[in-house]
Parts: sequence; C-alpha cells; structure tokens
Amino acid sequence: MPPVDETAADRPRRKPSRAPRTPMPERSAIERARDFDEVTLGYTEEMARAEAERCLQCKVPTCIEGCPVNIDIKSFIGHMIEGDYTNAVSVLKERNALPAVCGRVCPQEEQCESRCVLAKKGESVAIGRLERWLGDFDLTCELEHRCIPQVGPDSGKRVAIVGSGPAGLACAGELRRFGHAVTIFESLHATGGVLTYGIPEFRLPKHIVQAEVGLLEEMGVEIRCDMVIGATYTLDELMTAEGYDAVFVGNGAGLPVFMNIPGENLNGVYSANEFLTRVNLMRAYEFPKADTPVMRGRKVAVVGGGNVAMDSARTAKRLGAEEVFLVYRRTADEMPARKEEVHHAREEGVEFKMLCSPEAILGSDGWVTGMTATRMELGEPDASGRRAPVCVMDSEFVIDCDTVIMAIGTRANPLLTQTTPDLEVSNRGYVVVDENGATSKPGVFAGGDIVTGSATVILAMGAGKRAARSIDEWLAGAAG
Amino acid sequence: MFPIVHARQLSDSVFELGVQAPAIAAKAKAGQFLMLRIAEGGERIPLTFSDWSAKEGWIRFIFMRVGKTTHHLSHLCVGDSLADVVGPLGVPTHVEGIGRAVVVGGGVGAAVAYPVARAMCDAGAEVTVIVGARNADLLILEDEFRALPLKELIITTDDGSAGRKDLVTAPLKELCEARAVDHAMAIGPVIMMKFCAATTREFGVPTVVSLNPIMVDGTGMCGACRCTVGGETKFGCVDGPDFDGHQVDFEELMNRQRVYNDLEREADADYSRKCSCHQ
Repeated sequence: MPPVDETAADRPRRKPSRAPRTPMPERSAIERARDFDEVTLGYTEEMARAEAERCLQCKVPTCIEGCPVNIDIKSFIGHMIEGDYTNAVSVLKERNALPAVCGRVCPQEEQCESRCVLAKKGESVAIGRLERWLGDFDLTCELEHRCIPQVGPDSGKRVAIVGSGPAGLACAGELRRFGHAVTIFESLHATGGVLTYGIPEFRLPKHIVQAEVGLLEEMGVEIRCDMVIGATYTLDELMTAEGYDAVFVGNGAGLPVFMNIPGENLNGVYSANEFLTRVNLMRAYEFPKADTPVMRGRKVAVVGGGNVAMDSARTAKRLGAEEVFLVYRRTADEMPARKEEVHHAREEGVEFKMLCSPEAILGSDGWVTGMTATRMELGEPDASGRRAPVCVMDSEFVIDCDTVIMAIGTRANPLLTQTTPDLEVSNRGYVVVDENGATSKPGVFAGGDIVTGSATVILAMGAGKRAARSIDEWLAGAAG
Repeated sequence: MFPIVHARQLSDSVFELGVQAPAIAAKAKAGQFLMLRIAEGGERIPLTFSDWSAKEGWIRFIFMRVGKTTHHLSHLCVGDSLADVVGPLGVPTHVEGIGRAVVVGGGVGAAVAYPVARAMCDAGAEVTVIVGARNADLLILEDEFRALPLKELIITTDDGSAGRKDLVTAPLKELCEARAVDHAMAIGPVIMMKFCAATTREFGVPTVVSLNPIMVDGTGMCGACRCTVGGETKFGCVDGPDFDGHQVDFEELMNRQRVYNDLEREADADYSRKCSCHQ
C-alpha cells in the first residue's frame, strides 16, 4: 500500500460530484495546425480548483494503484481543494520529478483515471490535467519557491546514468534523495531523450522539459552532454577509470525500424525518428534560421498507428503539407495511440486510411512519387489479442504522395551492449534485468525502453525509480 | 565547449581544424568520425578524423567549404570554440594483417586516407598511397604522406599540374594488373569510390570504401545514413562508415546525398549575405 497522507485520510468523505469534467481549453484546429505552439492551453486556477472539487477523496483510493509511480493522487488533490498548492506539488514530487511533462504525455485515461470511482458512472477526475496544472504552477514560481525535493546526506557513492530520457531522469532524482552523487551521460547535445527529440513542441514544449531537468540539476545532478557510452567511454570504463560505484543504463530503444519494402531508400522516405529529430531537436521548422533542413512534403503518407505516427502526421501538417494520410493496417480501434492524439490528428485534417498495408514505395528519378498498398480486413485475434489484419486479394491501390514517414517502431541501440560483452541481452538486443532492474553485470542496472522495447514515458520513469531503489540497496551491500 | 587549438587552410576551399577533446582523442582510431555542432541552432555534421593525439588531447578534421556549416567553420580560428563534438563514432578501419595494401584518397578524401595509411603502416602492412586531386592547388597533405614509410606515393591530377595527369583509377589498375596489392581502400567522392571498386573487382582485390552519407545524430537513431550494401540496408553511422566496395549501391548513395542540395544552397546564401566580415 502506498503511504496515505494522514490529513487527507481524516477528511470527511465527499458527496459524489454531479459537476461534469472540466474541459481542457485548446486552440482551434485551424489555428494550431499552422504552427508549433502548444495545442492545449492548460487549466486556469479556477478550472483546476473546480476539477479538483470533483474528487470524492475516497477512503480507499483506487486511482493510486493505476499510477506506475504510485503518486498519492488523493492527497495532492486534497491539498488543491484547500488551495494549498505548495503542499500539493510536494506530494506530487515525492513520486514524480517531472509532473509538468507527465501531466502532458502520460496516458492517464488508461492508468490512474481509468481506476477513478467516478469513471464507473461518468467521467473520471481529470487527474492528468491537475498534475499538469500543478507542474506548471511550480515552474512559474521563482526558483527559491519551487519545490525541490530534499537531497539525502552525502553517501560518498557515485552513480553514472546512461541517457537523460525519462528513465534516467527519474532514476537520477531518486538517487539524489538517497544521497548518492549522480552524473548523467547524454549522447546528444540536449537533455531529455525522447522528450526532446521525439515528442513535438506542440504537445510538450521544450522549455517545460528543460525547466524540469533544470530542477534535477538544482538537486545536484550533474549532466554531461555529447557523451556516447559505448564510444566515448565504455560502460566498463565508467566503473573503472571513471570510478563510478554503479551504473544505470537508460539509453532507450533508439534505432528506427523499416518495413523492408521496395523503394524505402528513395529520397522522401523518412524514419519517424529522423523526421521528428530534425524538427524537434534540430528545430528544422525554423530553417533557415536554424541550420538543419527538412523536406516539406506536399502529400505525406505516415505509416503506423501509434503516438509517434500521430506526432509525425501532425508535424507534417504544420510544415505545410496539403494532405497527410495515416496509413494503418488495422482499424482506428486497434491503434495504440492515445485517443486524445487520434482525435487531435483528425481535427487537424489528417486523413485516416485504415486497413491498408504498404507494399512498395514508388519513385521517379530517385524521389518518392507514391506508395502502393493492399486493403486488409480483420481476421482472428493474434498474440496481442487484437484481430489480425489479413490481405484482401487483388486489392492493391496507389496512394499519391511525395513523402513517406515510417512510424512502425524502434529497436535496441547496439552501441552500449556491443561494447559490454558481459551484459546479457535478449535475442532482440534488449538488456535483460530481474524484477529489481539488476542486469547480469554486478553494479549495473537498467530500465526503460532498452529493457522493454518502445513503451511510455511514465513506465520508463517507474523503471528508473525502481532501479534507483535497487542501486541504493546494492550500494549499501557493496559498502559492507 | 570544445576550444579550437589548431586551424590552417590547405587550399582555396579546404581547411583543417583541431579541437581540444581529450576523451575523444584517447579513443580515436583511423576511419572513425565525429559529429560536431558549431553553436546553438547549428546543424550536426559528421567529419572523419584526419589526425589526433591521445597524449596532447586534441583531434583534427579536414573539410571542404561546401555549405553553410562548413562555410562558418572555415571562418573559425584558434581561440574560438565549438559547442559540441561527439565521438569517436563508427567502426574503425580494419588495418591488421592485410599484407600489401593500396589506399586511394581523392580530393578531401586524402584527409581520411592519411590516418588510414598511417595505421596500416603501423600494423606492418606494405602500403602504396594514391592521392588524386583536380589540380595541384587542391592537392592536400603531400608532406604528411611523404613522411610515412610508404612503399610508394602516387599523385594524380586531372590537369597534370602535379604528379601524373590521370584519374586515380589508372595507377590503381596498374597495381592490380601487376598483382602488387592484396587489399584496396578508397576514400573520396562517391563517383571515385564507385570507379575504384569497379577497377579492383575484375582483379578480385578486396576493396573497402569509406562512405559519407547524410547523418543527423550519428549514433544509429535517425536512419538518414542508410545505404544498401549487398542488397541489405545498413546504417553508415553504426554499421560503417567502411563497407565492402564491391557490394555498395553507389547510385543510391549518390541520389541520397543530394536530398538537401537546394535547401543547403538557400542556407549558405543566407549565411553569406549575413556574413560580410570575410569578404
């Protein structure tokens, strides 16, 4: 059981709320699809208070178990109801170092909000939106008034973290609470991992990511960019020459997957990783003010049905595409993307071509001119429990497009594992860990996409936090 | 920040810079590359090491002024610095146990041929180097090559203003015909590597080429650098940059290298307009 705030437990039980869920203010589709500013505007204080008021403050809150990092949701909302935002933020940060990030990108509808008692008969409390409001509230405070979690007394131990994405950041924050010195090694020139290179500005503004990472630095986390572990230093060198007592590997599943269909290397075919990295990390949408170019397709086909596919399609639209097609081999019901993202994409004019499987990319003079696809129908459920798409005979047709973006997943980056022979990996290259995040190599722990394959921000953060506790225990044992 | 500790102009459009980067210098090997970004807002570009000193902690690279970033780089001096330098990246060139080798460096590719030839000499190979340039002014690193214990240094220029008036493939073919080499390595413009590989193929001389595809991150993340080798898609950054020259689809590589030509011209023109200090 997660700890329950005493004062919250003593509060009288509230009457079921009849107030509807407070809608999230957002910019109109026509306006927002032309720029990279944030789509949703966030609650005002009044809206946040009204939404918090909807919470029943259940005696036995079920929402908390729906949260991968077990945020004491009842308690933080309880503080909000009383207008005590400072304590609300500090309850939030007990469990989550990046509330402004998670409030925006967590799939709350599948997690905490799906367990909310109100969801049984109506709409759940908008826990994610409240989290975001509190995270933003904290970031708008002067630095000295921000909630910076207490750092533990210096343990004399040093931990290296590989990767400054969600797993590494969560692990770093937790290790500082335990009093360990922490250095994050980041391969790119900017911190945040997928929060920076993957998720677009219009969904997660980069200044929010940088501000929350900045608070970790305030906690004493050292961050060294431009450091590729597996190249600049090997993992072994971190533990020998560089003298770290333990290492957490959170370098993500960064390698893009392609379909291996004809024409995939034509000019005009992007991996979603490349397309989004150019636009998000390198700010190609500001070209030529920013130096990195990106092709601005007129008719863009995005292949895939996840959040990355939605991000790619909506980004292409913002770069000025006249038509953006989302090509997916199942139906919208089977899409792994968040409902909210699918809804936003449709609103912005992304055209969904469901039950279509690409067969080949067509080209002329080396450039993409179209794509052939086959129509599919849904058959029996497959291993994932979803109905498997089956080809419809002789149904091939051509999609007219000049750009194709492959958003069909990623796989493990081999740079670190190839240079660490005694680190056990699965046959797909992912790092093998036990339930505590410990790898086959003593003192080395791992979590996030490099263990699970592509997953969510919050699952990676949960893994980072769990590993931090294991690292703390391991360091205590290693000292004795 | 990475301070610039060395800068020299090798020809009208070719420059060498050295930066202090001890962690990278300690690891660098022939054939590997670095990613650099000059400053905030800059692009990330890959450049292969031309030299390094683990002891003194510096690395060097040579580049031709072709677009905005290299234009800007060419204006930097000792005392300036680069925001980001990452490396060493890519698989080092295979230099062990290769017997009699010929290393071909065309144009600015000579910058990479130099450390490769040096590493092969150090590994005990008998090394012949062919350096090719359009004309004598564009010929680089001749003194450095002459200082290596090479079997022979052959210089070719298109106009005969230095060395033989020939393309690099002419002496390469002669060496193959004389059965004087067991291994070839070619670094330079794609079209040159393509013809070098075509030349050695008929003699069955194993030939490695160092590819220079477009990259964004340089660590396997984006896939911009994908190329077809032996019918399979490979990533230049993590699987290469060296590949079997007899297996590479050079036409595809040439096509992929021109993706951003128009946009790059636009960016360079924009930079040239703003930067009038060097005119």
